Amino acid sequence: MRANCWYGKTSVSVEEVPDPQILNQRDAIVKISSTAICGSDLHLYNGFIPTMQRGDILGHEFMGEIVEVGREVTNLKVGDRVVVPFPISCGNCFFCKEQMFSLCENSNPNAWMAEKMFGHAGAGLFGYSHLTGGYAGGQAEYARVPFADVGPIKVPAHLSDEQVLFLSDIFPTGYMGAEMCDIQPGDTIAIWGCGPVGQFSIRSAFLLGAERVIAIDQVPERLQMAQEGGAETINYEEQNVYEALMEMTGGRGPDACIDDVGMEAHTPGLMFAYDRVKQAMMLETDRPHALREAIMCCRNGGTISVIGVYGGFIDKFPIGSVMQRSLTIKTGQAHVQRYMRPLLQMIENGDIDPSFVVTHRMGLEEAPRAYDMFKNKEDNCIKVVLKPDWNGSGNGAAKDDSYSVIH
Amino acid sequence: MPVNERRRMLGRRAEPGLSNTSAKRLAKGLGWFSIGLGVAELLAPRAIANISGVSNKHTGLIRLYGLREIGAGITIFAQKKPTEGVWSRVVGDALDLTSLGIAATNPEAKLGRVAFATANVLAVTALDVMCAMQLSNGSKRGIHAQGKCIVNSTPEEVYQFWRNFQNLPRFMRHVDSVEDFGDGRSHWKVKGPAGMEVEWDATIVADVPNEVITWRTLENTDVDHAGAVRFERAAGGRGTIIKVNLEYMPVGGVIGSTVAKLFGEEPEQQLDDDLRRFKQVMEVGEVVVSDGTLLGTGYLAQRPAQPAAARELESAEMLPSETATNYPSEGRTMR
Repeated sequence: MRANCWYGKTSVSVEEVPDPQILNQRDAIVKISSTAICGSDLHLYNGFIPTMQRGDILGHEFMGEIVEVGREVTNLKVGDRVVVPFPISCGNCFFCKEQMFSLCENSNPNAWMAEKMFGHAGAGLFGYSHLTGGYAGGQAEYARVPFADVGPIKVPAHLSDEQVLFLSDIFPTGYMGAEMCDIQPGDTIAIWGCGPVGQFSIRSAFLLGAERVIAIDQVPERLQMAQEGGAETINYEEQNVYEALMEMTGGRGPDACIDDVGMEAHTPGLMFAYDRVKQAMMLETDRPHALREAIMCCRNGGTISVIGVYGGFIDKFPIGSVMQRSLTIKTGQAHVQRYMRPLLQMIENGDIDPSFVVTHRMGLEEAPRAYDMFKNKEDNCIKVVLKPDWNGSGNGAAKDDSYSVIH
Repeated sequence: MPVNERRRMLGRRAEPGLSNTSAKRLAKGLGWFSIGLGVAELLAPRAIANISGVSNKHTGLIRLYGLREIGAGITIFAQKKPTEGVWSRVVGDALDLTSLGIAATNPEAKLGRVAFATANVLAVTALDVMCAMQLSNGSKRGIHAQGKCIVNSTPEEVYQFWRNFQNLPRFMRHVDSVEDFGDGRSHWKVKGPAGMEVEWDATIVADVPNEVITWRTLENTDVDHAGAVRFERAAGGRGTIIKVNLEYMPVGGVIGSTVAKLFGEEPEQQLDDDLRRFKQVMEVGEVVVSDGTLLGTGYLAQRPAQPAAARELESAEMLPSETATNYPSEGRTMR
């Protein structure tokens, strides 16, 4: 089969690899119809996540058709159309039973690596380094899905791929970011980052009862998409974020702040240079500008929700502000399996149509160009969906008419 | 667990002798001494020749000895357990003594100073030999590994599973088969490197249902091994905590060294991996496999996270198809 493989910093290539097989009796094999590039894939692409190996297949947002099931998978059959959640979760361990699926104790055979790095290990993830299990990802024609009796969710035929694909990651992730804010009616929520996850956090915050959502970014088309979702916006290159937020909230600050940015934050000025240099010298692994700012801006007694991905260590963390002002910090990789069913229901009810976020559709063979375009935000790129059976593709030749732009 | 309790559980008495820790501390002192003397010999060979009463024509040789001393010092600090480093000092001492003996025959030598230097080298040699022997002796005490895990089952269920020794190969990477004779004795077959197979007989030392099982190899086998597994109810009834202690004593011969090789490299890492697989078999029903870990979970054993070709799958070390049986029926499906 064809698969998009990682070969080093900013180097991916679509290669011929063996087809996946059933290895565990609770596995299923999925023939992939749509697969997306996630903002967190850029952390791998940019070389910030350790334990990647040449030839690793990337991708953790995918869906398709079941073509084979293991003996113990009784709830799915060949031909079912499913969306696959990005955490691999057994459903039996302490954490799965507590609905904390991204902390599954049994799905990461390389747990010892994660224990060395983080103290304890989380779940195995598709296509996301060996630290999280060394599982082949879903930017491919087929994928082996372990614990298929727990993870994949069947989706109805009348919903298009692009309406349901993002149940695999960014919709539940954005939603969990908002849910962790424990939103009360009338709340004002500030959101750092208007990438795809940020866009879902904006819409989820309103769905959960927020009165105002203030979104912060610098990319005009992303700010525009945030406004279309009902948010007020701050362009951090034009305004001082702290002053603007205080102006908008009478000096009290937003009730909760969501960090939808993570470890590769950009910001104007000296602090960015400081963090970028320390990161390049391996003195800190993550650039935490958004997190620092969110903490300083949040109202007394408010909540900081960290859903953007961090992977290591930071410094100049304003713990004094957190402690002196009774802030609550909530974090986590999304427990996707917990949210798939209720969020699918919302899509069916017409409360939200997740396809709004897609700006580019391309063939799987064009993955290298898609990564480059997404990383550099070329052509107003916000979200790319790759399709293995995209017509006209097949030998990697990039064609100008092989993708379309939706504004 | 305190060392004494561990030894009691394994049916062994604590061995007398200087602890490894104090031997290591002594080795560190000797390492600093090596580096100090080495630097002096390298930078001021004339002064050293003068103090030792030897002819100062030999400054080149003294500088060379200085390099040797620094090398020994670095070796001591580079090793976690500096056995070789300290033994290399003993060899160096012999060389020094020989050189001093030859120097004494030189008409230019000042015999009183040579005798004083020789006495000093002899004193240091005694310390070196003592330290090296303690470090070497320590390694004869064998390989110990301790591991623990927590499983979502009752102590009764976990004990039953473990007490049925035929289950052990399902999660122990090296163990091929265990035959239980029913009278407390069992026969173990273990995979060695390059297709070698090692076998031994073991007997149960203690068996307290739902609490503890200890075992050790029989006197007439080539392998000296003892082990203990304890089952404790976790706080709040949240499953069972399993604690394992293993001990392998080196014995002579090919079999002994094969076993030492099997368990010698990162024994605790191997035990942790075995226990992780044990938890998977208990909770999930089989060993969980990923593309990257088909050949093992070590850094060097990782293969790319992409599907393996059929030929590669044949060399996979622990495919779940060999281990699958009792799938937990309850609580698996979340919807």
